[in-house]
Amino acid sequence: MTSFDAIIIGGGHNGLVAAAVLAKSGRKVLVLEAADDVGGAARTEEFAQGFRVSSVAHVLNRLHPDVVKTLELERHGLQVARDDFAPSVALSKDGPLVLYGAYGEVLTGASSSEQSAWKELRAQLLRYAGILKPFLSRRPPDLAGMSLLETAALGQTALALKKLGKEDMRDFLRVLLMNVADLIDEQLSDDRLKGLLAFDATLGSHLGPRSPTSLLGLYYRLAGETGGIAGAQMLPKGGMGAVVAAIRAAAERAGVTIRAASPVARIIVEEGRAVGVALESGDVLHAKTIVSAVNPATTILDLVGPREVDTGFVRKVKNIRMKGDAAKLNLALDRPPQFAGVDAAGHKGRLVIAPSPDQVERAFNPCKYGEFSPEPVMEITLPSLADPSLAPAGACVLSAVVQYAPYVLKEGWSAGKPKFLKATMAQLETYAPGISKTVLHIELLTPADIEARYRMPGGHWHHGELQADQMLMSRPVSGWSGYDTPVEGLFLAGAGSHPGGGVSGAPGLNAARRIIAMRG
Amino acid sequence: MKAWDAIVIGGGHNGLVNACYLQRAGLDVLVVEKNDWVGGAATSRELTPGFLYSNCSYVCSLFRPEIMRDLELPRFGLQVISYEGGAVFTRDGDYLANYRDHDAHRREFARFSKRDAEAYDRYARDVTRQCRFIQPLLMRTAPDPTSLRPRDIGELLYLGKKFAGLSAEEMALTLRFWTMSISDFLDEYFETDVIKANFALSGIIGTALGPMSPGTAYVLLHHYMGEVDGSVGAWGYARGGMGAVTKALAASFKASGGTIRTGAEVDHVLVKRGKAKGVVLAGGEEIYGKLVVSNADVKRTFLKLVEEKELPDIFLRRVRNFKIRGSSGKVNIALDSLPEFPALPKDSPVYRGDMHFTDSMERMERAYDDWKAGRWSADPFLDMVIPTTLDPTMAPPGKHFMSCFVQYAPPKVNGHDWTDADRDGFAESVIAQIAEYSPGFRDRIVHMEVRTPREIEAEVGLTEGNIFQGELTFDQLLFNRPVPGYAQYRSPLSGLYMCGSSTHPGGGVMGAPGRNAAAEILRDLAKSTSHMSPAHDVI
Amino acid sequence: MNHHPTMNPTTARTAAQSHFRTLRLDTPFQPRIDALARTQDWYNWAGYRAPHSLWDEELEYFAIRSQAALFDISPMTKYRIEGPDAEAFLNRVTLRDVTKLKPGRVHYTAWCDDEGFVLDDGTLFRLSPTRFRLCSQERHLPWLLDSAIGFGVSIEEETEAVAGLALQGPTSFAVLRDAGFAGVEKLKIFDLAEFPHDGDTITISRTGFTGDLGYELFVPTEKALSLWDRLMTAGELRGIRAIGYTALNRARLEAGLIVANADFTTAGHAIRADRLRMPDEIGLGFMIDVEKGHFNGRRAILEARTKRKLRHVLVGLEIEGNIPAEHAIVYHKRSQEVGLVSAAMWSPMAKRNIAIASLARPFGDTMVEDLWVEIYAMRELQYQKLMKRAKVVQRPFIKLDRRTANPPADF
Repeated sequence: MTSFDAIIIGGGHNGLVAAAVLAKSGRKVLVLEAADDVGGAARTEEFAQGFRVSSVAHVLNRLHPDVVKTLELERHGLQVARDDFAPSVALSKDGPLVLYGAYGEVLTGASSSEQSAWKELRAQLLRYAGILKPFLSRRPPDLAGMSLLETAALGQTALALKKLGKEDMRDFLRVLLMNVADLIDEQLSDDRLKGLLAFDATLGSHLGPRSPTSLLGLYYRLAGETGGIAGAQMLPKGGMGAVVAAIRAAAERAGVTIRAASPVARIIVEEGRAVGVALESGDVLHAKTIVSAVNPATTILDLVGPREVDTGFVRKVKNIRMKGDAAKLNLALDRPPQFAGVDAAGHKGRLVIAPSPDQVERAFNPCKYGEFSPEPVMEITLPSLADPSLAPAGACVLSAVVQYAPYVLKEGWSAGKPKFLKATMAQLETYAPGISKTVLHIELLTPADIEARYRMPGGHWHHGELQADQMLMSRPVSGWSGYDTPVEGLFLAGAGSHPGGGVSGAPGLNAARRIIAMRG
Repeated sequence: MKAWDAIVIGGGHNGLVNACYLQRAGLDVLVVEKNDWVGGAATSRELTPGFLYSNCSYVCSLFRPEIMRDLELPRFGLQVISYEGGAVFTRDGDYLANYRDHDAHRREFARFSKRDAEAYDRYARDVTRQCRFIQPLLMRTAPDPTSLRPRDIGELLYLGKKFAGLSAEEMALTLRFWTMSISDFLDEYFETDVIKANFALSGIIGTALGPMSPGTAYVLLHHYMGEVDGSVGAWGYARGGMGAVTKALAASFKASGGTIRTGAEVDHVLVKRGKAKGVVLAGGEEIYGKLVVSNADVKRTFLKLVEEKELPDIFLRRVRNFKIRGSSGKVNIALDSLPEFPALPKDSPVYRGDMHFTDSMERMERAYDDWKAGRWSADPFLDMVIPTTLDPTMAPPGKHFMSCFVQYAPPKVNGHDWTDADRDGFAESVIAQIAEYSPGFRDRIVHMEVRTPREIEAEVGLTEGNIFQGELTFDQLLFNRPVPGYAQYRSPLSGLYMCGSSTHPGGGVMGAPGRNAAAEILRDLAKSTSHMSPAHDVI
Repeated sequence: MNHHPTMNPTTARTAAQSHFRTLRLDTPFQPRIDALARTQDWYNWAGYRAPHSLWDEELEYFAIRSQAALFDISPMTKYRIEGPDAEAFLNRVTLRDVTKLKPGRVHYTAWCDDEGFVLDDGTLFRLSPTRFRLCSQERHLPWLLDSAIGFGVSIEEETEAVAGLALQGPTSFAVLRDAGFAGVEKLKIFDLAEFPHDGDTITISRTGFTGDLGYELFVPTEKALSLWDRLMTAGELRGIRAIGYTALNRARLEAGLIVANADFTTAGHAIRADRLRMPDEIGLGFMIDVEKGHFNGRRAILEARTKRKLRHVLVGLEIEGNIPAEHAIVYHKRSQEVGLVSAAMWSPMAKRNIAIASLARPFGDTMVEDLWVEIYAMRELQYQKLMKRAKVVQRPFIKLDRRTANPPADF
């Protein structure tokens, strides 16, 4: 049997990125994927005959430029052109408001005073997100003792802050941990625009726009870039699966071996060191370095097992909050829907139902108590409009991320799911009258479904709440935030690690760099 | 025309503390107070014959002992008596008590969960560590991180050194602690809802946040970092009500030669050529002073008492953006006899402590949802005390004064100002809550004072009725309090200072803002501060 | 009280609530102890009213060394740990190799947090292949429960359900034999066995905290008094006496044993980071078994050893003169502060002035010369300051053959 230097558990995008980078460094790398295909939650799947859709992640907005560059993804089929940038449409009963270009370089549908207020706020948000951006592609600082390199990197951040100028720096420090609602109330007045920002800041997290620190969610989004432009987003041709295909191609080109349908049963630990993995099939594979690109809790509690690590560490891992609140709705429609007041270009963009911050907050309230939002907020894409290959001729795919649907529903999802679907469809019907009649097939994935299908505990995209106390040095847990684990030779490379989820590849890239630096 | 060395606007506890320190440094100080009495939100008032009401703040812990000592407050009548217990009543007719005795405390928790009972020590250890980190910062001026002045850099280094002095584990916990919700924090220690609710309440009192809001773990710290005579985290009653604090301060001030004018509402600060020169009273009287110190909150001070044109735009913008939403109300009740709580044994020390009726995190958070929607809470959170069980001076023998702090009460009701009918509805929600646990409670009521944010603002002058003169979120703490660039008690106007709870380290009857402001003023005047005790060591 | 068959739920709740009226609980032996308590000198042991002394602390000490002393250890925290994975679980939690602890044996052990800092020390009794009892000073239920994740094991706190007695001293074996515990002579040091008592079963182990011949007895609470009476009756001619903690504390110091939160601060309570101690820093390094597989703190302990991050050492000292050096500061060359004495006494058995101290390495470790202690002896309202030479010596300070002699001597 071939021997490998490194075994990567999990063929999601982060696993593939880590594999490719390690392979490029000359290591022999094997990727083990439990499902029949790689890609994890970033696949393109057929959910109804002839209808294909991005499985969970459906908007590309943060694929890290270092990943694109290191893996030469453009050579492997990833296409990003400025023309592909999708607008964001804030739907409203008063008519939509549209953010064109990279996160609203041009804003339409708003008053001129709102436009200039937005211009200023947008610039400020991008400036501040830019300060945080370098952290995305770095290990979080080590509190137990910083290396010279880390200190220098932090010094650079301090310098970047200084460069903002005194007053800007003061504002940066003031708003850093603020809630998004208060900040946008300070500067904007249009509820539609505020609703959109409130939604974007809280998408994928267990926060409402009034929750302190929720602004960080918006920074996280805006620290991402597409085609070199901060804040830009696109619907990848061929769905998210096409992005993964490019990463996979890069990995295979670098010599990575990929084995699908090979679920790992456990990580073999001897004398505190990871030495291999045992597959569910019974096969045992050995390697010097084991990289887990699956959920950190799954990795430690299920694959390694609590016996091989310390109690305090188990405690910390168990305390990672990762109960998702976002559901995925896939609709097969017999014709493209018409969202009221939205033009053709808008339909090809990202349509957001979040009419005001208060409505987002009200949608959030019930999920604190294990209840779903009676009036959910959501982001909708119609990927087949730009890429007809995703649906039969004349038909249309609707892909929506819907909040808030708590992972643990008090009444249980078997009873609650039809009710939640009804609430979601009612929202859609309000903004796209007649849409219900065009539905051929419905697939609604609650967080519980997402957990089961994609092996994501809690159905949480980020594999752990992306909140201030679970970021940077505290991600996935304090003391072990730098991709290492207490088990020697075992590294974490998934979204549960810094900087977090979304199709960025950054955790995978950073982890691979760490392993190379550690000569793992 | 006489020019005072300093005029302090507002005779609240911080104004008086500030005035005392300035007067003792040899300045000739005048305090002007709009009400006919001093005390601000720390008063005891006889609103019905024989009963003294602690009508705003009602319990004491945060007031810095260094200040009590410096200003000889015990000599002027201040005495603090520790609680004997406390409890959360549960809906099933039981209660969870807090006892002072460590083992009794554990046994009580063990009635609900053996695990939680034994988890308490670790919780206490971790919170104590956080308190020890923050305590020394209370009596220091926050450094300006954008400044290159040696003093700011020195203070930043002090902070950095304190942080570096922590173990890696402690650093990590500190970073998380400052941004966590109290609910998430408690989940890491305890499994029982009522036990979590018991601790969580310290994370919400006075804030416009619910226990599930990030940042409330820090608020808990704000309530834990006080002490009663060295017993850190303990709370107690001021004998004679909270007015005893300001009464002692006023007496101390006068004894050192200070002057107080009550019934003297300031209309605006007199500004000439960008410099504060005194105050103009509502009647038009001008009083001159070499410097002016405002005990009013930052919004009232700069949006009402100073003309816009005197202030830089960026400062004004930041002041306007200062968050000062009121979130609480107060119901003060005179009782003709001690209420009975059938759940509680008659000889329970809990009667001599703080009582609560919110026994789950969900109920607490739902009360906050009501506030967000612009309503008072249908199922309100109450922090209820009966100080007369330990302090006989506040009511005639056998009769009692009860103070109910209530959350949440929004600054406006559904977008409109509070009406009398709203106020009565709010009061009824409180009485109904208590009566549910104390049959016959209504019949014991002799007199009642209801204070919504409207009343608090009107009488005490706290904008929107916010008891901390500004919310305690990270964007308004330390060098951000009240606004970035002006977190060192000075204002853009030369000669105008701030000394209220809008400034670092914030609200609660602590006195630290008043003291710290005095230190900065004396520094500007190049006067000695030898009469000011340094912060007690935390060893 | 909750077990009373006729008690309805409300009454049971009222009974449970009433604990606030009795801040210091009585142990199951309290009626007997109260009857003997002439000094009425009590202290709080984990919420129980426990005697410092009962009649004369000096003579109580000599009861340990020359007769048989009966000491109530009921307030000690006890956990019952049971299940197919109990052995593996304890091997992960504690420092020593539990697979080497055979059923019917007891060992002294300790356990650490992730950073390798000692959470507590205690005794582990292996009652059967799958059943253990862990006794300790502090409480650890959350730690044990969280450590049990992934193990087939149940953990129950049984402090109140099980009463305990230490019977220590040269005649202790004779007392037990005369009390009719047939077969007790077979118990070697650190052996345990079950014996019938009053229609129930009790556990007797040949263990103790005195460095002397001695036994510890664990009995269901309901049978506590009958056990006490049985021992007292049988021991009358052997000079059995009930004693308080002060006497026991002297005996333990002579035996060189340490006490959690007296000689070191446990990690669960340490608020100040520099108070934390690793096993190697408090003389418990011998327990660490790096070959046995993973255990809590292993990584940190090994790292501290290899990177030489150990900062403290706990040593036995012999100090010139006879003035006890309790809480004295230890100096190197009479000038440099290098540590603190945590327990000290004049040892009647060793006729030496002994102490346990924590020193900052390398003092006490590689540098053991020229150590001094500064004793503040309060005499008639004045401190007499004494600077006395101290020598690092082996613990225990006394070694008594009778402790381990087999069969145990019949004094």
